[in-house]
Amino acid sequence: MEGVRYAAPETLQAAVALLAGATGVARILAGGTDVIVQMETDLIEPALLVDIKKIKETRQIASENGGFRIGAAVPAMAIVTHAAFCKAWPGVVDGVKLIGSIQIKGRASIGGNLCNASPAADSVPALIAAGATARIIGPNGVRDVPVETIPLGPGKTSLAKGEIVVSFLLPPRPAHSSDAYQRFTPRTEMDIAVVGVGISLTLDDRGTCTAARVALGAVAPTVLLVKDAADALIGTRLDEAALDHLANAASAACQPIDDKRGTKEFRVKIAGVLAKRTAQQALDRARKN
Amino acid sequence: MTATILEKSGFNRDRKLKIVGTSPVKHDGIDKVTGRAKFGADLFLPGMLVGKILRSPHPHAIIRSIDTSAAERLPGVKAVVTRDDFPEIKAGTPGGDMTRNAMAREKALYDGHPVAAVAATSESIAKEAIKLIKVDYQVLPHVIDPVEAMKPGAPILHPHVRTKGIKGEDQPSNVIERLDLAMGDVEKGFAEADVIVEREYDTKPIHQGYIEPQSCVATAAEDGQIELWCCTQAPWVYRDRLMEILKIDQAKIRVTQSEMGGGFGGKTGFYGEPVAILLARKAKRPVKITLTRNEVFRATGPVSGTRSRIKMGVKKDGTITAAEAELIFQTGAFTGSMFSNAPQAMFTRYNLKNVKTVSHEVVSNRPKVNAFRAPCVPQVVFGVEGVVDELARKIGMDPIDLRLKNAATEGYKTIYGETFGPIGFVETLQAAKQCDHYKSPVPKGQGRGVAAGFWFNRGGETTGTLNIATDGSVTLILGTSDVAGSRISISMMAAEELGITVDKVRAIMADTHSLGFNRVTAGSRTTFSTGMVIVDSARKAITELCKRAAQIWGVPEEGVTFEDGFCRPASSNVGTFEPLSIAQIAAKTTPTQGAIAGHSEMNVTGAGPGFGLHIVDVAVDKETGRVDVKRYTVVEDAGKAIHPLQVEGQYQGGAVQGIGWALNEEYYYGEDGRMQNASFLDYRMPVASDVPMIGTEIVEVPNPRHPYGLRGVGEVPVVPTMAAIANAIGAAIGIRPQSLPMSPPKLLKLMDDARAKNDGYRSC
Amino acid sequence: MSKKYHVTTTVNGDEYEFLCEAQQTLLDILRDELMLSGTKEGCGTGDCGACTVMIDGTMVCSCLVLAVETEGSRIETIEGMAKGENLHPLQRIFLELNGLQCGICTPGILIAAKALLERNPDPTETEIRYWLAGNLCRCTGYDKIIRSVQAAAKEMRGARS
Repeated sequence: MEGVRYAAPETLQAAVALLAGATGVARILAGGTDVIVQMETDLIEPALLVDIKKIKETRQIASENGGFRIGAAVPAMAIVTHAAFCKAWPGVVDGVKLIGSIQIKGRASIGGNLCNASPAADSVPALIAAGATARIIGPNGVRDVPVETIPLGPGKTSLAKGEIVVSFLLPPRPAHSSDAYQRFTPRTEMDIAVVGVGISLTLDDRGTCTAARVALGAVAPTVLLVKDAADALIGTRLDEAALDHLANAASAACQPIDDKRGTKEFRVKIAGVLAKRTAQQALDRARKN
Repeated sequence: MTATILEKSGFNRDRKLKIVGTSPVKHDGIDKVTGRAKFGADLFLPGMLVGKILRSPHPHAIIRSIDTSAAERLPGVKAVVTRDDFPEIKAGTPGGDMTRNAMAREKALYDGHPVAAVAATSESIAKEAIKLIKVDYQVLPHVIDPVEAMKPGAPILHPHVRTKGIKGEDQPSNVIERLDLAMGDVEKGFAEADVIVEREYDTKPIHQGYIEPQSCVATAAEDGQIELWCCTQAPWVYRDRLMEILKIDQAKIRVTQSEMGGGFGGKTGFYGEPVAILLARKAKRPVKITLTRNEVFRATGPVSGTRSRIKMGVKKDGTITAAEAELIFQTGAFTGSMFSNAPQAMFTRYNLKNVKTVSHEVVSNRPKVNAFRAPCVPQVVFGVEGVVDELARKIGMDPIDLRLKNAATEGYKTIYGETFGPIGFVETLQAAKQCDHYKSPVPKGQGRGVAAGFWFNRGGETTGTLNIATDGSVTLILGTSDVAGSRISISMMAAEELGITVDKVRAIMADTHSLGFNRVTAGSRTTFSTGMVIVDSARKAITELCKRAAQIWGVPEEGVTFEDGFCRPASSNVGTFEPLSIAQIAAKTTPTQGAIAGHSEMNVTGAGPGFGLHIVDVAVDKETGRVDVKRYTVVEDAGKAIHPLQVEGQYQGGAVQGIGWALNEEYYYGEDGRMQNASFLDYRMPVASDVPMIGTEIVEVPNPRHPYGLRGVGEVPVVPTMAAIANAIGAAIGIRPQSLPMSPPKLLKLMDDARAKNDGYRSC
Repeated sequence: MSKKYHVTTTVNGDEYEFLCEAQQTLLDILRDELMLSGTKEGCGTGDCGACTVMIDGTMVCSCLVLAVETEGSRIETIEGMAKGENLHPLQRIFLELNGLQCGICTPGILIAAKALLERNPDPTETEIRYWLAGNLCRCTGYDKIIRSVQAAAKEMRGARS
């Protein structure tokens, strides 16, 4: 019996070569909090694990042109304790905080959270609402793509063989901007989101919303970026009527399933309720910026 | 084994206690906070192999053949075991059920049912060997829900089963038994009632949720001796059952209990143990089997789910005149739910004369249930206490006052035939009315609920030994497992009897060679029964100490008494002698006259029933159905709290288990009959941020049949919990749920349906 | 034979060398190879926290770390919490206030509580509960666990000032 092989390359090129050349099932190992669980429960049997944590580009958080570049393998704890990042993107941080327990956050990464492609991943809606882009390296070179183009369905991404997500870029923040992420779970912690809502918005000097992005998680095979929901906010002061429109648009966009975490009916309802609450929180934060 | 209690229990309300009633650090604690304590999976023997079990992926299938040849050929595999390695025992007998649950014979009866097993030199080889075993299944239709299983035409699990309790029952059935239990005349009782409430309830199976998965190590010698190390609440019961299904002399099996990482009733029956023994015999090396969490969920005993119809009637003055119940309990693939507890206990705290119950136990293609705290009772009390609350509302009476009006007291003859001695239900209710929680106003936006509970508490066959060392320190050999600190409580009672400090006492939990039979550690019997046995042993040791003192002084035995740790002359007539301490007597006489010890075997009776009243405040998010438990108080009668911090811990732990049961815990099955949430991620037990501090009020109405007046406290704390929370939710949203768990989607639907129907509030 | 990896790591200040397969977790190796069985397995999938250890100062579930990833790391387990005969205040106070019943979750909870108090010496009740949300306990209902952490925090703050 061959058994699993483990490699820990120190450069992106070496990692790409290993993955591109793999003959059996290969997996990227960042925090391991999805991959190891899947191995333990016999969902996957990889022949090769490529640990990318020795590659410095995947482990850094740095400012870049007024925005932030976060390595794909940075542990969640490092993100949620980064003071400047928390100030600029509290909604993204809300999502990252909810990936799992303190122990899970000690290892889990947003690269893994995205590429595991669970529709309920907690860091993804806010990242998409933020307009983040992902830098991908592969056998054919480097490309930058909007984060929402990566998940294709449960467990599936648009990455080609040999490609690795290296880092995420979050754009600079205009004044009077902020974001929020809320999710519904039966318990206070430790659950997979039944519905997740990420909203990022910008206000003008008089408090009118000039830009917004609304993303819904756990209500479709991938996170949904809902233009109708954003349009319900843009040009308004997020009054009761606007929030009702937002809620209706969010509920209407859902394509949920019945499963052990929630029914279709419940998810559609909660999407509307949460959209309002998340928008309110983003608004309160934006007014302070 | 004759039924005895201590002739004079010596219970004396005015006795000044020095140790009992304090809360010393438990002696086994130090190993637990340093990681040294040896739990089931913490034994490592030279040459030990890893055992793994192959389990049926089908909920119902005939096993036509099993081909293990490829697995046997895999290098590193040292033994393979199938049903052929188990002795043949007729189906439908207790042994026949036990052996078939340990490993399937004719049929696989649930997803996860063991079918074969291997022992190998590493976990990865064992896992690979399992994959190489080829099983030819003929898949059969399955049935999961017990009501579906009762319908004509449902797939039959056991062709030999004819329902017990129904005359002339001739057809195979999934209904194992129908039990009728009644007293008085309910027709007459309902006719006298001014208000009658009748409701239907349902609850789902839940799991005991112990954090430690079952683990055992088995060693088999060439002469047939078996050594079994395992986490268990019942070493002697395991030994006896192993003897029965593996056909081995009891004396050739020694079961040693490890520290146990939670049991709550779920470790009263074995799983991997017989398999490990058979593997060890074949491999001629020790074999360890540790279940994964997935296996624990799919294949170890959950707690029965139920359907119930409950009807009660009350007069305007608050007297409850009649109670009736129709109950269905699911038991999984084999009988064993202990469902008779339910009709016996469900109404038994109220002074009722007219009660009628009909209960059914039903099998279906799920793992066999196992005990939990107060087996089968909390599920039906969920309904009873809702009906009682509703009766109170309808006649305009305070909910605790209604319970007080009907509270059973000493002399009440129960439906199961026992007459209550002194009990503390009235005192518990009064304490609840007076407690800070109940007296404080309900915070705005929240709802408050109360519910009452009862548990028999048990005695049973128990043995134990107390040894006095030559320096006067004391060792105890106990037969029951330490599920929650009973070792220290029993050590405290020994120290109190002997007039020494508790630091001079150390206790161990014995293996099955070291003591006679001990019944299972369950029924909240441990501190009570083993305490009784150790007190008896201590008094026997004291008699021997006095004999020796008499010899030292050259006086008759009657001339010596024992008081406060010293033997003294009984009066000045006997003579003037310096009192002798236990240490002095032991040091002086042990070398010449032998060890000083006391030993006791009893079938302990006289257990005092326990009662509780829980008070809960909840807030419900009306847009999402999410429940937040804001404040919780357990008021319960402990008789005498030997170790108050331990007793509080039992109350708090039971309450939080009940919160999980009430709000989020359940098994999800797919159409394919497989459990979908076999992990702690989706089997949602409360986490630290889900619950508040749990207030406790310990009421003490002593049980005079125990030397220290104690009553068991382990089970009552779970009994009223779900009912109290449901009553609180009812107060908060105007609808009292009738189905567990009260998860957000279900509550939201309840609220939305009510709004749509414009029922107004108080549909119940 | 499946491929084995040679790893050198430090546990509780002692250097250890071992061989492991790639899929074996740190938890497997701690218990089965290094004979440090104080760290417990409750679920194997990161949902219960019984296997909590510290790696290079970060609190993690050891069931979700491959042993092979720990080359050159500094690991702390429950066996290293007491210093000789001196229990850590958390260990002592858990005993005094009955913060444990069966004790299976206790090693994980102690490691987690110690990590909290090193970062936040004066946590609120809510902060303690959320920090410990990844550590399941079925016996205690969490009440006495939280009180023990609060009492230890108070004592440790007093000792510092």
